[in-house]
Amino acid sequence: MTSPVPRPLPGTIDETLDLLTGADYVADRALATVLFLSLRMQRPLFLEGEAGVGKTEIAKVLASALGRRLIRLQCYEGLDVSSAVYEWNYAAQMIEIRMEEAAGSVERSAMEKNVFSEKYLIRRPVLDALTGKTGAAPVFLIDELDRTDEAFEAYLLEILSDFQVTVPELGTIRAEEPPIVIITTNRTREIHDALKRRCLYHWVDYPDAQRELEIVGRKVPGANRRLSAEVVAFVQRLRQIELFKAPGVAETIDWAGALTELDKVALDPETVSDTIGVLLKYQDDIARIGQGEGKRILDEVKAELAAAE
Amino acid sequence: MIEARDDGRMADNIVYFARALRKAGLRVGPASVKDAIEAVLAAGIGSRDDFYWTLHSVLVSRREDHATFDEAFRLFWKSRELIEKMLAMFSPVAPDNREKAKPRAAEHRVSRALFEGHEKSQPLSEIPEIEIDARFTVSGNEMLRGKDFAQMSAEELMDARRAITELKLPFDRVETRRYRPDRQGSRIDPRAMMRAASRTGGGLILPKFRSRREVHPPLVVLADISGSMSQYTRIFLHFLHALGEKRRRVHAFVFGTRLTNLTRQMRHRDPDQALADCSAAVQDWSGGTRIGEALGEFNRLWSRRVLGQGAVVLLITDGLERDDIGNLAEEMERLHKSCRRLIWLNPLLRFDGFEARARGVRAMLPHVDEFRPVHNLDALADLVASLDSRTVAHVDPRRRLGHLAQKSGVASGRVA
Repeated sequence: MTSPVPRPLPGTIDETLDLLTGADYVADRALATVLFLSLRMQRPLFLEGEAGVGKTEIAKVLASALGRRLIRLQCYEGLDVSSAVYEWNYAAQMIEIRMEEAAGSVERSAMEKNVFSEKYLIRRPVLDALTGKTGAAPVFLIDELDRTDEAFEAYLLEILSDFQVTVPELGTIRAEEPPIVIITTNRTREIHDALKRRCLYHWVDYPDAQRELEIVGRKVPGANRRLSAEVVAFVQRLRQIELFKAPGVAETIDWAGALTELDKVALDPETVSDTIGVLLKYQDDIARIGQGEGKRILDEVKAELAAAE
Repeated sequence: MIEARDDGRMADNIVYFARALRKAGLRVGPASVKDAIEAVLAAGIGSRDDFYWTLHSVLVSRREDHATFDEAFRLFWKSRELIEKMLAMFSPVAPDNREKAKPRAAEHRVSRALFEGHEKSQPLSEIPEIEIDARFTVSGNEMLRGKDFAQMSAEELMDARRAITELKLPFDRVETRRYRPDRQGSRIDPRAMMRAASRTGGGLILPKFRSRREVHPPLVVLADISGSMSQYTRIFLHFLHALGEKRRRVHAFVFGTRLTNLTRQMRHRDPDQALADCSAAVQDWSGGTRIGEALGEFNRLWSRRVLGQGAVVLLITDGLERDDIGNLAEEMERLHKSCRRLIWLNPLLRFDGFEARARGVRAMLPHVDEFRPVHNLDALADLVASLDSRTVAHVDPRRRLGHLAQKSGVASGRVA
């Protein structure tokens, strides 16, 4: 992997917006403002929102647009220091001890130094994120923080306030320049206020029809214009009715892509019921939209689009 | 640090704005006020929108607060309307010729916060203080334990509350994926081994062990506060508060015609204060009940947020659904499938010969793991003791349905 050339941070909100648009991320001004502030004030950005609205994508786009390394920490229940921060290579350490014994040098302090040297340290994402050089700090994505437990959250609080980690056998490791931290959560659990307070908060909402159409246009370039308009209008309607899980932008893109692959140029009731699994992921929702309601929405969408033309 | 400029009053205004937000219920500390000023300095003041989102990013930390912020921003940073409002407030008869628009969310709360102290002061209603000296005697305690909450006098209820706070709370535990050092453990702890080995110079590498750490699973309580349950509601809230004090993850919801999340209100340490906060938050005390709808709302909006990590659900209701029971069974099934254990507590079970006859009860029973009475202190103590054990026969919900199927019409004795 070639290391990308780091680019400087944007200087204004407009530049931030251009940066995102240039990397094919269609953001609204609110998001650009928060992102700009988080870069300027060196504060972690805390993104909350439903699944599939493009929270993780922001970090990826930011990393590629700024030419920074992306370090991703996927959270899960039971995530602990040895898999998030660092771990020692125990097997190699044991061999080292045996070797030194065989060589006959059993000087305790020297041995301890050799055994616990950086050579045997396995860096995990958090430690990795703290080793960026000035001007090239990596983008550190802490994905789905709500999946971990409170214990890890508390630990993270410590890291995010000082950007340093203490390894007892080695000493303190401190970041030359703090990484660009982006935290995402799906709200499967409330995150503690103390952690939120250290971050800039932003709720990522579903995009409006116009912006979603632009997103589909960029992400599925092959899609027919009429098809994309119908897909977006259909999805926007679906979000208004009370579904167990409303479709996100990712689903819209997938659906538009799937329909394009099937060489469709417009939606019809059969196609909708055949491909609804791309859009809705719960059986109850699928059954509901499959039984008539989908057709009604489709008719409304068609009428609306016909009126707009 | 931020230096105040002589000619500008922006910083002052932001401080005032933050203060108004705090009064309207947002958690805005002094640190975030400083951050807000820094953020405005960093972003510069461009358009109104940019300014809005700049302040928003620092001062709002929950999605629920967005509406309040929006309203406060509109009121505060628009001088014309503010002056109008001030005028309206200070002139004795202000002709209200503005169009009556639908009140925006949080408008009332925000305008109260902004104009606090300017309304006509209202005489404080005096609350008579009543002191009751009700000392526990052993026999009194025993009588109390078997007495139905609904038949208790005010004094007895006080005693019951005290007894609840003294209940020994359950120690049900689930294993996590974290470890703790444990000599009797069965898993090797390599990190501890290397540390110990380096201490002895590597001559001896002795095995160290660890085992999984255990924690309380989250507890989610869904309590019915409709009219038919009203005698029990307060005591349950006390019970919830006692639970919340001892364990970390307790989520409390109440429902009548709508669903209200009381988790935050319940966090107050003082039970009376917590209950007062709850009363203020709930708008449908002792009204009707729509169990199916409330459960549906819970499933849709909350289940994924609070039922993670092996939650146990306590559903407190009499199961008397007022409306038709249309989707009640489906919603119960979904709830049952999304939690580790679903325990239904029904005060009606106190009656001898309770039978699952009501349609709502029949719809709900197949989807619960346990079906228990909850009308007196003994029942509560039983519940507490049972949280950490397996389902026992007499609370098995299928028994109730089975009884009815076998000998319908014959009153079956209560075994509880």
